[in-house]
Amino acid sequence: MFEVDEVIAEFLVESHENLDQLDRDLVALEREPGNRDLVASIFRTIHTIKGTCGFLAFHQLEAVTHAGENLLARIRDGRLELDADRANVLLEMVDVVRGLLGEIESTGAEGEHDHSGLVAKITTSMEPSPVSSIATPTSAVDDVDTSAPATSTDDEPASTVNVSTVPETAADDHEASESEPAQVDSHEPTPVKAPVKRASRAKAASKPDASSDNSPNDIPSEVVVSQAKPSTTVLDATSDDADEHESGRHDSDGRRSVADSTLRVDVDLLDTLMRLVGELVLTRNQLLANSSQMDAGMIRATQRLNLIASELQEGVMKTRMQPIDNVWSKLPRVVRDLGQQCGREVRLEMVGRDTELDKTILEAVKDPLTHVVRNAVDHGIETPEERLAAGKSREGTLTLRAFHEGGQVNIEISDDGAGIDPDRILAKALERGVITREAADRLTEREVLQLIFAPGFSTKEAVSNVSGRGVGMDVVKTNIENIGGIVDISTELGQGTTIRMKIPLTLAIIPTVTIESGGERFAIPQISLIELVSLNDEQGAARIEYLSGAPVYRLRGNLLPLIFFNELLSLEDRSSDGRTIAVLQADGQQFGLVVDEVVNTEEIVVKPLSHQLKRISIYSGATILGDGRVALILDVLALATMSGVLAGDRSALEQGHSDADLDGDEQAHLLVRLGAERRMAIPLGDVTRLEEFRVASVEYAGRRQAVQYRGQILPLIRLSEVFGAMSMPDSEDTMHVVVHTIRGRTIGLVVDEILDITTGPMGAREESTQMGLSGSAVVQDRITELLNVAEAVALADPSLADLFDEPDSEPDVLPELPEVPPVGHGHGRRRSSHYAGV
Amino acid sequence: MVQYATFKIGENTFGVDVRVVQEVLRPHPITRVPLAPPAIAGLINLRGQVVTAVDMRQRLGLAANSGEREAMNVVARVGDGVVSLLVDSIGDVIEVDDSLFEAPPETLSGPARGLVLGAFKLDSALLLALDVIRVADIDVAA
Repeated sequence: MFEVDEVIAEFLVESHENLDQLDRDLVALEREPGNRDLVASIFRTIHTIKGTCGFLAFHQLEAVTHAGENLLARIRDGRLELDADRANVLLEMVDVVRGLLGEIESTGAEGEHDHSGLVAKITTSMEPSPVSSIATPTSAVDDVDTSAPATSTDDEPASTVNVSTVPETAADDHEASESEPAQVDSHEPTPVKAPVKRASRAKAASKPDASSDNSPNDIPSEVVVSQAKPSTTVLDATSDDADEHESGRHDSDGRRSVADSTLRVDVDLLDTLMRLVGELVLTRNQLLANSSQMDAGMIRATQRLNLIASELQEGVMKTRMQPIDNVWSKLPRVVRDLGQQCGREVRLEMVGRDTELDKTILEAVKDPLTHVVRNAVDHGIETPEERLAAGKSREGTLTLRAFHEGGQVNIEISDDGAGIDPDRILAKALERGVITREAADRLTEREVLQLIFAPGFSTKEAVSNVSGRGVGMDVVKTNIENIGGIVDISTELGQGTTIRMKIPLTLAIIPTVTIESGGERFAIPQISLIELVSLNDEQGAARIEYLSGAPVYRLRGNLLPLIFFNELLSLEDRSSDGRTIAVLQADGQQFGLVVDEVVNTEEIVVKPLSHQLKRISIYSGATILGDGRVALILDVLALATMSGVLAGDRSALEQGHSDADLDGDEQAHLLVRLGAERRMAIPLGDVTRLEEFRVASVEYAGRRQAVQYRGQILPLIRLSEVFGAMSMPDSEDTMHVVVHTIRGRTIGLVVDEILDITTGPMGAREESTQMGLSGSAVVQDRITELLNVAEAVALADPSLADLFDEPDSEPDVLPELPEVPPVGHGHGRRRSSHYAGV
Repeated sequence: MVQYATFKIGENTFGVDVRVVQEVLRPHPITRVPLAPPAIAGLINLRGQVVTAVDMRQRLGLAANSGEREAMNVVARVGDGVVSLLVDSIGDVIEVDDSLFEAPPETLSGPARGLVLGAFKLDSALLLALDVIRVADIDVAA
């Protein structure tokens, strides 16, 4: 391969960055044709590339950029308007420039392509459109090819002057490097517009290099030198006001200061640093694990090391972090081009552009993200006519959202298009043979949606060159899963579709929970872990049932397929009776992994496995734990696939499921105590999770109480106050809260004690007339009131009552608390409303 | 003259070219890898590096170590990684003359035959030269 020398390498890096900026600016400019700052920015970018490539003797590149620059100069001066045609031509120019740069990068030369067609096209597009030609009758078309001293016959606003005597390399060098700020205002070959004022013009004219020729003294002048001459430069001093000159200077000042405060670092070096930090973190973990044997001084030093290592880890990780905008910035162009191609009008909105991701991960999400965006434009958003017919605005909206949450990055791509019809998906999946008819009949709506991610699936009738080639969402899914992420989809017919990606911040260091089974330790990435269920008591163990031989566990009324880890791995069974179910999520489905013991949570550094072990799919790598032992990292998806829980005998599960659904008496309840004596049962379907909060953390907003919970405000409702029970004073430091989620809102119900979970049949039952209760029954030989959560919440805080008013028709996915099992929660809620009618 | 690092596995003395040996280690705690081929004893922590350990007795088709003594590690470079060979005991590094080299003896049978490059006839014993690359070439499917 050609050895790119340093100057050229720098030029390439800089130019690529500039081109990305250019794409963005041009698309933005098309929306806002009047924005002079944008035009000025575009002009500067092209001018910089042109200048440098002239210096490096890349003549084709120079010719193309020069033509583009001329067109831009006219647009900037308001002599031409940027219409769609001109935007296309300019974007085409950007592509050609990018192509040439690529060629230079790989071969060191520009190659033998002929770009005169494009140059001609640009020249043609400089024919003034009717509007602008009225405003400025002077068309400066001939500027492009003016190589001789220009004839100053043009009208007032612009005249053309040749300054071929200017030593081009020196001049361009100045403006490219911007190393001599003092010269900027008096030095004409800057891209900055010179003021109209007579004084500055005079100054410009008095410059030795510019005044040498027939430079006009009284009229603003534009100096253009033909691309035929290698030494070209542009002096642009047309009718612009001084302010703009000022702003231009500010810009260049700003860029200079940024250049001074940053430096480019080789990514390899960062990788090495990251690896070393990983080792340091492991060593720290080992030290911490042994801290019991240390004396006080040693412990202090270890704690300090701990702090420093954490900070260093954070710092090094930050150096590798880049805003997602680096990838997003290419999308406006993609959306625009595609929109034009497919006849869609699409507005792209981006929220959270500065959300940062590790560079490696950013690289990995680039293609999937682009694909999903293309899909949304091509499949999701309807044509303007269809949209109008559906009572929507002509223009579709595509929203990209990125945000950090719980050590992960969430990326959402939502469109307000037609949504996805599950029936069509199903029909297509059957047609393509992705699933069998029998399997199809048993799928839930959610599972049908998941078929989109199946290999070889595409619903678009006609194969376009945009999407619908069968390489689609399955690749997106695989790519995201390869970096330890999760893809999910939700849709509403007629309203739009949202694709959510959940991605780890970094690949190098991941939070895991360490489990032990058969005497060996394994690490499970926390991203896959939903909750841990202890089977320590007899009741827990008894809740493992067998349906057609497959072990399942009743978790809040839902059946969770189980994998016995020891059996799967043929490990000896060392556990006596204490066991834990790790509820894991893979492929949008949940299953339980029965392990001997949960040891702790640990941040681990992923180490690759040797090739002998790579083919064992259930391990995604290995790591070294705090005690120095090696532990294998489990690949949750492979684990599920291998044991067949995802594709298992679903009919048996569904059977059991519907049993649980129908039998209201068998409904699981959470038993709580209010006040000293009162017992209350809350349908488990209404319970999202149980939390303990420190009493001191309660904050007051007016009469309302709330705590901060997972970055949100959790309003608290004290059930004992609602029902007039004598509440125990907050003698304890902590209070027990039942977290209830509805429609994305989360409410905390404060109880005095959490007693038990019961699934048994209710004893004698009595309807209740009291608001907030649906009745009372005998549970575990005690009279227990049955809570109606909706009524109780409305009673306590009428402002929250409307949450319960509408029929429950929203999608069940709750972005605020993604840990909540979406499927399970949906079922739970349905049952609870069924129950409320009892 | 080539230097060989020698070690004993069962009755036989084996050796590998000293240039591929990174180090020789005392017994190390090993993390088993369930579902891995039996010849893979597990993973060891070599100063922060995760190294696959090959159970040489298994690999050579010998009975498992009686257990009174833990296996020693001979860490050898293979390709761009390293692998640890679990052997019974470590011997000396000796210089051998190429002229003493012969094809694997007929008496050598079983899996060992494919893993041995040949034998050096020493005065005291026969030194079997191991082919480390073949030794490390363990496929999950195997």
